[in-house]
Amino acid sequence: MDITVRDAVTVVHGMFFGAVLLLTVSAAAMGLYATCTPTSHWTLSPAQHRCLSLYLAFVALLAWIAVLLGAYAVYPWYRAHPPAGVTDLSGYPQRLLMSNPSTTAWHDIGMEWKEHVAWFAPISLTVVAFLFARYGHHLYALQSLRRAVFSLVALAFLSACVAGFFGAMLNKYAPVRGGSTMVLMHSQAAHGE
Amino acid sequence: MGSELGGAVPPNGAGAAAVLGAAIGGLVLGILALAADAVTAVGGLFNIWNPTGPLSGVTSAAILAWLVAWLVLAHLWSGRNLDVRRVNFWATAMFVVGLLLTFPPFMDLLQGK
Repeated sequence: MDITVRDAVTVVHGMFFGAVLLLTVSAAAMGLYATCTPTSHWTLSPAQHRCLSLYLAFVALLAWIAVLLGAYAVYPWYRAHPPAGVTDLSGYPQRLLMSNPSTTAWHDIGMEWKEHVAWFAPISLTVVAFLFARYGHHLYALQSLRRAVFSLVALAFLSACVAGFFGAMLNKYAPVRGGSTMVLMHSQAAHGE
Repeated sequence: MGSELGGAVPPNGAGAAAVLGAAIGGLVLGILALAADAVTAVGGLFNIWNPTGPLSGVTSAAILAWLVAWLVLAHLWSGRNLDVRRVNFWATAMFVVGLLLTFPPFMDLLQGK
């Protein structure tokens, strides 16, 4: 059982940071709803406020790592140009998608949207972390700022969903693959058993 | 309901600055994404790291615009109480336009493709 370096980095980008981001944003939304709405009976202690502030900062950090890893590690492999004369485009995902009219839109719409919309998530989540750290004890009384917080969480979640969906679909039609191979586990047959 | 542990409610200006700053960053991201897609020379200008292409410059410039806008607005609004509903209205408008400008079919529509 082996995996190429490019596969591994793509998995870390999407299936680890991307998926964990979606889970943690959902949890952040519930945490904020439970503690910041006027009808909430949860009185945050200073320690709880600090803990939730750190959690929100961690969620924002996850989003930054996911987009930076995507833009500066995976995307260059995705958009790599094949040398002249190369006919096997399996190592050049963008060219592979664009070589077939039935898959061109996965690049033209999917990747073109994903590569930009994903950045709304870390920006929004950074502001959410700041707003909670600064106003967490008072958000129940600050209706407009509270609405801004929930809207920004929703924006981050939706943009991460769009990026995640298209990332998964693009990787089904044109996987980012190549580089050296890492052996994760030796099969029984390889040992002659 | 809520908490009295935090003392008096702090002025909302710093929060409003953070919200509007993020919206400005989102709007700039959309405008630059469109510009880099529509004008080859602009795309080349934003190609600050070749492996990632114009995306590297577009997103870096948008992040810079966001942080500068946040810093300037925070400097102007910290310690003040503002009508955050108005800030939210403009922030929503900027985010919607920014999102639309990153959506390829809308980009193509604007470019007459």
